[in-house]
This record gives sequence, structure tokens and C-alpha cells, in this order.
Amino acid sequence: MYVSEFHPRQPMENTTPAEAPAAKISVRDLNFYYGKFHALKGINLDIPQNKVTAFIGPSGCGKSTLLRVFNRMFELYPEQRAEGQVLLDGENLLTSKQDVALLRAKVGMVFQKPTPFPMSIYDNIAFGIKLFESLNATDMEERVEWALRKAALWNEVKDKLKQSGSSLSGGQQQRLCIARGIAIKPEVILLDEPCSALDPISTAKIEELITELKDDYTVVIVTHNMQQAARCSDYTAYMYLGDLVEFGSTEQMFFKPTRKETEDYITGRFG
Amino acid sequence: MNSLDEIRRAAFARRKRTNIIALTLSLGAMAFGLVWLFWILWETLRLGLGGMAWATLTQMTPPPNEAGGIANAIYGSFLMVMLATFIGTPIGIMAGIYLAEYDPKSWLAEVTRFVNDILLSAPSIVIGLFIYAVIVARFKSFSGWAGVLALALIVIPVVIRTTENMLQLIPAGLREAAYALGTPKWKVITRITLRAARAGVVTGVLLAVARISGETAPLLFTALNNQFWTSNLNDPMASLPVTIFKFAMSPYENWQQLAWAGVLLITVTVLGLNILARVLTRHKD
Repeated sequence: MYVSEFHPRQPMENTTPAEAPAAKISVRDLNFYYGKFHALKGINLDIPQNKVTAFIGPSGCGKSTLLRVFNRMFELYPEQRAEGQVLLDGENLLTSKQDVALLRAKVGMVFQKPTPFPMSIYDNIAFGIKLFESLNATDMEERVEWALRKAALWNEVKDKLKQSGSSLSGGQQQRLCIARGIAIKPEVILLDEPCSALDPISTAKIEELITELKDDYTVVIVTHNMQQAARCSDYTAYMYLGDLVEFGSTEQMFFKPTRKETEDYITGRFG
Repeated sequence: MNSLDEIRRAAFARRKRTNIIALTLSLGAMAFGLVWLFWILWETLRLGLGGMAWATLTQMTPPPNEAGGIANAIYGSFLMVMLATFIGTPIGIMAGIYLAEYDPKSWLAEVTRFVNDILLSAPSIVIGLFIYAVIVARFKSFSGWAGVLALALIVIPVVIRTTENMLQLIPAGLREAAYALGTPKWKVITRITLRAARAGVVTGVLLAVARISGETAPLLFTALNNQFWTSNLNDPMASLPVTIFKFAMSPYENWQQLAWAGVLLITVTVLGLNILARVLTRHKD
């Protein structure tokens, strides 16, 4: 786990850790609406580069909603809208100037349920690569192997790359989805409760993988599992009813939260 | 012992009795349905096999009381059903994609869905008369093309409905995962969702083919019939259902026998298509 010095701070809403390294994603006054329902209320947050940031909070607090703003996934549904700014490397990604396909190539996402495409294991990985690059056969094979190795899946599937992606177990399917996301070389990886449908062994593998991924990527994970947040994240944000209650290093959040609400949630007195 | 125990025992005995009665009624209903089905199949086989010979498949429809076959009707049916499927399938699939993937809640989609449901349940004789009025009466000639159009009009709503339903069954997560990679919409549809739904869509097309292979009414007013072999779709064209209709109603024994042979042929084809459709849906991912 990432260890940082604990800096006592004034309790305040929507904070940024003082010791944070450069921000990869900066959220500024973000409001989000499902139709008339106000789901995110004035969120300000800096997500540090090459770290794992976890969003925790009770169901319906807006953590998945916030995640889905980062790759503009919400735009698939016309009744959802976001107001404010989300800066990726200083550029607002919520403007119409930002090409959505290019944004999603930079900001990959893995979902709660494994979603293998209806094609072979090999093609599952190659599909995304082909959208943005035209590689020759050798380069493509190398890239597919690289992505599968990176997702710790290569040894299990190298002899059955032609088999259907859905023939794999749930945990393998989820690592396939991670490999698929990595294969197009994103900068940020968003994980929306990636282990909630998996058994403990598969979960352990994915968590190990998450810790390795932060060397190359900025990782943001939404989780219901407090231990998971404690185990594999460097920073933790606690959200409640659309507000960002507290944000700090995971160490500080779990051992010396500045807000009473955070402490209550983390110690299980609430939520 | 105690009264609660007795009440439970009585309730159990009552449930058992009810179960036996309900099960008997269900089995009876099933047997009733199956008896007719097997009787039809048996009669079709008995009478159809009698008329089945090499000549049946190779010779033209004969005049009364002369030897012949139904080759021209088989070919006409095959040609018109195939063309109608080729025309109807892409239109049906594209409309189904629109309804499921593009703005499924818009008023245009709602209206399309409503009209399609009407078309789906419209008696086929209405469609036959419509094509008669619009095409046959205007060009003053029965033709194979008119038959093809009438059959295509039956294929389209079936394919629209199954395509839409099958695409709706695709979990939203799969669609989102495809978009999350930066996939453009047309590629999400053609490479991911349509592909995931392909077994169901193909099944819908097969069922549409099965349905139009047996349709008589839409062909009676459009393609009419033809005693001779023809590939010219501008001429009237023979088909199995219309030939069966004409021959079975006739007083001539050889015609009646050929009608039964035709019935057997259609039944076997439709049965084969249904089995194929079932196999395809079972093997989907």
C-alpha cells in the first residue's frame, strides 16, 4: 500500500490531499442530473496521476455516476447531463470539441459484470486495437500477447486464443476485459466495481493486477468493499448522497478521517 | 395428536388431490393436441408418399388424368420464397435495428412498432388483395414479381419483430463495454450487438421463410399459377400452395395425388426449417 505522511487538515468539503502528486483528472464544480434528479452536487476533486484512487460510499451516493462522467459514458442516455468541468491533463473533456471516441481510447473502463464480446479471445483484444491502429499480423499478435500478459491472463489462454471469450470463467472474463482495455494503450483505467461478481480468488488476482497497473496508468476504482479500497488504493474519496464528503490518502481516510461521517461509514456504524 | 398437525395433514391430502386432477387435465389437453398433430402428419405421409415419385419432382403439372409432376410448382415456390426473403430480410433487419438501437422511445419508433404489429397480424389474403390492386390490376397481368412482393410484405414484419426483440435481449452492459472502447455506433451494432443476437435473428428469418412457404392466399391473387416451367418473373408463376389448392379441389385422382405429394414436401420443408431454427437458438453463446 502507498504510505504517505499524515498531514492534519481542516475539515472541509471537496478537498484535495496536500501531498498529492500531479493531477491526471481534475473535477471542477461538477453537477450531474438524471432528468430532474440532482445526482452529483458541486464536486471538486483532483485524481493523482499513476495512483489508484478509490470511490467509496453507500449505494446511490453517485460514485459510479462520477466515474461515468470521466469517459462520457452517460451520454448514451439522453436524459442524463453533466454541468461543470472535468479536466484531463488540463483539457476540459466535457466540451463538444472533445472527440468522444478519442477520449474513450485514452480513458478505458471495466464494468461490474464481465462483458466479453461475442467473438474469440484473440478477437476480443484485437477488436479495440483495430479501431485506432492498423497493425500488421505480427505486430497485432505481439500486442495481443502483451495485453494478455499485462492482465495476467496469458498463461491461462495462450493455447485457446481461438475459443469464444464467453467460454472463460467469470474471473478470467473480467481479466480479458481489463486486457481489452489495456490493449488500446489508455492513460486512465476506470473500474466500476470490477470484483463484485467474482469469487475471492479471482478478486485477489484482480486486486494484485490493479496494484501493478498504477505503474503505467492512472486507476480509478469504484467499490462497495471497504477492505478492497484499503488494500489496493492510494487515495480514497468518500461520497454520500451526491456530495464528496472527504478525500485523502487511503491511510489517512481509514485511520484518521477528519469527518465524523467518514469515520462512521468506514467503521460500519453506517451504510 | 394436536389439531395443527391434523390441519396440515388434511391440507396436504387436499393439495395432492388437486395436483392429480390438474395433472390429468393438463395431460389430457396435451394428448388432445398431439393426436391431431400426429394424425395430420400420418395422413400427410400416407397420402403424400403415394404420390411421391421421381416424376413428381422432375415433370411439369399435367392436364387432368395424365401423368406428370409438380416440378414447375416446386421451382416457382423456391424462386419466389427465396427472392421474397432476399428483399424482406435486409429491410426487416434494418428496421429492427432502428427500433432497438436508435431512439427506441421516439414517436416514430412507437408508430412504426404499432403499424408493424398490425401488419404482423394482418390476414395474408388482405396483403394478396393489396398487391393485386396496386400491381396486378395496374399492369393488367399476374406475375411472379407480384407474388414475390406479397410474400416479402409478410416476411418484413416478422423479421422486424424478431430482430428488435433479439437486440433488446442483449444486456446494456455489452453495448456500454463496446462504446467504452471508443467504438463508433455503426460498429457497435454490426460487430457486437447484431453479432450477439445473430442466432435469434437467423431464427426469425427461418420462421418467416417457413411461414411464407405455405402461404396460398397472397399468391392466388398475384402470381396465380402456370402450367409450364418458367423463370420469367414477369409471367404468372406456379407455386406449391396454389397448385395444391387447385389440385386438391379437383375431381381428378392424379391431381389429388400430386396435391398430397406437394403437401408432404411443404410439411417436410417447414419441419426442417423449424428444427434448424431450434438448433440455432440452442447453440447461441
